Amino acid sequence: MNSESSNEIAAEAQITVRNLTLGYGSVVLMRDLNFTVKRGDVFIIMGGSGCGKSTLLRNMIGLIEPAEGEVFYEKANFTRSNAEERRSVYRRIGVLYQSGGLWSSMTLAENVALPLEEYTELDPAEIREIATFKLALVGLNGFEDYYPSEISGGMRKRLGLARAIALDPEVLFFDEPSAGLDPINSRRLDDLILALRDSLGTTVVAVTHELPSIFAIGNNSIFLDAESKTAIASGDPKELLAYCENPKVREFLTRGEGRPGE
Amino acid sequence: MFLMKVMNYCRQQEIVTDREGLPDGIRRLLELAEIVQEQEAAKPTTDAPSFLARVGTVSTDSFFSLSEMLHFLGDVTLTFVKLVRMRARYRTADLLLIVQECGPQALPIVTLISFLMGAILAFVGAVQLRQFGAQIYVADLVAIAVVRDMGAMMTGIIMAGRTGAAFAAKLGTMKVTQEIDALSTLGFSPLEFLVLPRVIALCLMMPLLCLYSDLMGILGGAAVGLGMLDLSWTTYYHQTINAITLTALFGGIFKGVTYGVLIALSGCLRGMQCGGSASAVGEAATSAVVTSIVLIVTACGVLSVVFYIIGV
Repeated sequence: MNSESSNEIAAEAQITVRNLTLGYGSVVLMRDLNFTVKRGDVFIIMGGSGCGKSTLLRNMIGLIEPAEGEVFYEKANFTRSNAEERRSVYRRIGVLYQSGGLWSSMTLAENVALPLEEYTELDPAEIREIATFKLALVGLNGFEDYYPSEISGGMRKRLGLARAIALDPEVLFFDEPSAGLDPINSRRLDDLILALRDSLGTTVVAVTHELPSIFAIGNNSIFLDAESKTAIASGDPKELLAYCENPKVREFLTRGEGRPGE
Repeated sequence: MFLMKVMNYCRQQEIVTDREGLPDGIRRLLELAEIVQEQEAAKPTTDAPSFLARVGTVSTDSFFSLSEMLHFLGDVTLTFVKLVRMRARYRTADLLLIVQECGPQALPIVTLISFLMGAILAFVGAVQLRQFGAQIYVADLVAIAVVRDMGAMMTGIIMAGRTGAAFAAKLGTMKVTQEIDALSTLGFSPLEFLVLPRVIALCLMMPLLCLYSDLMGILGGAAVGLGMLDLSWTTYYHQTINAITLTALFGGIFKGVTYGVLIALSGCLRGMQCGGSASAVGEAATSAVVTSIVLIVTACGVLSVVFYIIGV
């Protein structure tokens, strides 16, 4: 965790979160969150159900305005930026939503093509070609003209990923990527995420509580605790498992087996 | 369940219960349930608020919902300014689809309701006017009533129930399935992408539907006039043509467009305000219809007074 006093943003920082307080109305979910996501990191946001992991993610991508604090993309203050500056950030990020967020009135190819139509000057044939390529990357070639309601849950997850990577983003956000997937597909998704990180240099921020995924892909993390309403641990999940003394973190990372007295 | 009640009662009365006599499975179930009971503190406190507190809550709530409506109206106006400056982004294909949904596909129901409305007006008028031998004025009655007010009003109410609810349900569902979030994080403004085409589509279609409804209403009146009062086609036709003025016609169409804007706005507003569950979508659709009908009737009253004052 970077120190609260320093106002400098580290050069390798992709995203910096400073003094962030999350809440709805007068209810505070989390306070004083400070962390940095470095370029090329696979950053995991973990914690028990309902502690505000998804809310933190939604704050980071501007779907909810933070109650307090700021989010920086590289050196630009995202929280205090106007619509045009936000668009330039949105050009560089991709988001995979928990329930997919796929546009049900468009075909798979159109879903992937819409970001391209919006941000590039390519002609329709080229866009179609790229969309087909991105669909092939996630193993959905041949399904271009289906509608999202006609494909299975696992395929929808992959479609969401294809759309998220349509613009070759610098940062990918995942909200519960493996929720609702069987272990094998979940593993495939993890491999896909790592492959993308390695080939495109994408930074990944993922909200998840799937332990196998956390250890397989994460190299940095933050642990949110609902009781103390703040982050109680951060760092590489594998190191947290090995060295972290905090009983709550241990309990979580060992599925309750590290619970004192059991 | 019965056992739980007995145990709870015993605890309240400080009677020691002995579970040893119970079967193994039931004892374990009871232990599980007791762990859950510890969370009782998590229950929301549901003290019935006093009368004054309720009045206060209702008034602050309605104040907030009014300010939310105005906020939304302001946002939509800004979006329209963008549209005029050719900088709004939406898909023409979407617009055409919505136009089709709220225009041509509404024709059957508009036909039915307007025709019957005209017939009912004529019937009620005919019974009264026949007493004076003034049956021919049924044509005037129907023509003026339908063209000035009832055509637009009935179209408005049909569209509120049909299209307003559809808008709210569609946007609400898109909110639940995070489709709107996905648009936002691509830098699309949901207002431009979703609300704007809907408002435009209804603005385009309402005058046409309104005109069509006028025609159908007059035909309905004519059916009664010809069938019941033995008037001839030509007499009825001439009487109708003479009764309608161009200002009345345009007044009616203007009202229709106003209702269209109100329906689209309340449908989209309720859809965008929708919470995160299936029941919230239902509530959004209900509240969209209620809001638009209230607004339509209010607007009808206000416009009638305004038209009267400026002498239209």
